[in-house]
Amino acid sequence: MNKTIHRRQFLGTTLATGAVAAAAGIGLIKPRLAFADNVPGWPAKAFDAKVLKDAMSNTIGKTQVAVSSKVKLTAPSIAENGGAVPVTIEIDSPMTADDYIATVYLFVDHNPTPLTSQFTFTPACGQAYIQERIKMAKTDNVRVVAKTNKGEFMASAPREVKVTIGGCGG
Amino acid sequence: MSKNIGNPMIRMESNAKKGEIIEVRSLIMHPMSTGLMKDKAGKIIPAHIIQTVNITFNDKPLLDIDWSTAVSANPYLAFKLRAEDSGTLKMVWKDNKGGVWSADAKLTVA
Repeated sequence: MNKTIHRRQFLGTTLATGAVAAAAGIGLIKPRLAFADNVPGWPAKAFDAKVLKDAMSNTIGKTQVAVSSKVKLTAPSIAENGGAVPVTIEIDSPMTADDYIATVYLFVDHNPTPLTSQFTFTPACGQAYIQERIKMAKTDNVRVVAKTNKGEFMASAPREVKVTIGGCGG
Repeated sequence: MSKNIGNPMIRMESNAKKGEIIEVRSLIMHPMSTGLMKDKAGKIIPAHIIQTVNITFNDKPLLDIDWSTAVSANPYLAFKLRAEDSGTLKMVWKDNKGGVWSADAKLTVA
């Protein structure tokens, strides 16, 4: 008895799978390769950029920002382990309701994902300060771009970090 | 991997003077897999990263962070907070596989 039903079920599933495959083939269903499910609000477009120029245009809308001594970036000149390079960002700002650093972007020029992190500050932070550890694929420049609440941009001087063992795998 | 995940920690002074700027340090266990590495069988290990960290003080936004695959495994994060009122600092980490972790710390302002 069961055998006859099996044939029907088989046909049914084949047809359904076929339809899904066809839909995927013509692009109706986007195959998600990198991330199963992005957290809502995460700026996927900025992080999808593969080169610095695109990462900058997708975040700040330009590729050149004047360097300001107000933006301080501290990183080691030689990193033994590219998998964990300590980075400190400090920006000189009063951080008052009228005058504060709103957003800070941290880039590594030639990383597979040049935009490493994006920070959205509020005046309540008291200081635009961040310390974290990042991965670097090879010897490269790290740079920071800061945006004030008035929409002005300023950048840190690029800081070269010599990497002996890369931290991106592959 | 999965047993070495989560366990968020916040370190900061529990007392501060009004107007003082204090440092908050945090750590969470997470693989932060880039999606570029292969396992022993040569299969690509899918990307698994914390994408956002949302930090509030007394439920008001303080600092929001978006991370890429280029943030190191077991992400360490330090930032500052201006002590104005007593209250609770809360941090929420979310990853691309639905993982959510939170931690909080109390501050008393004299």
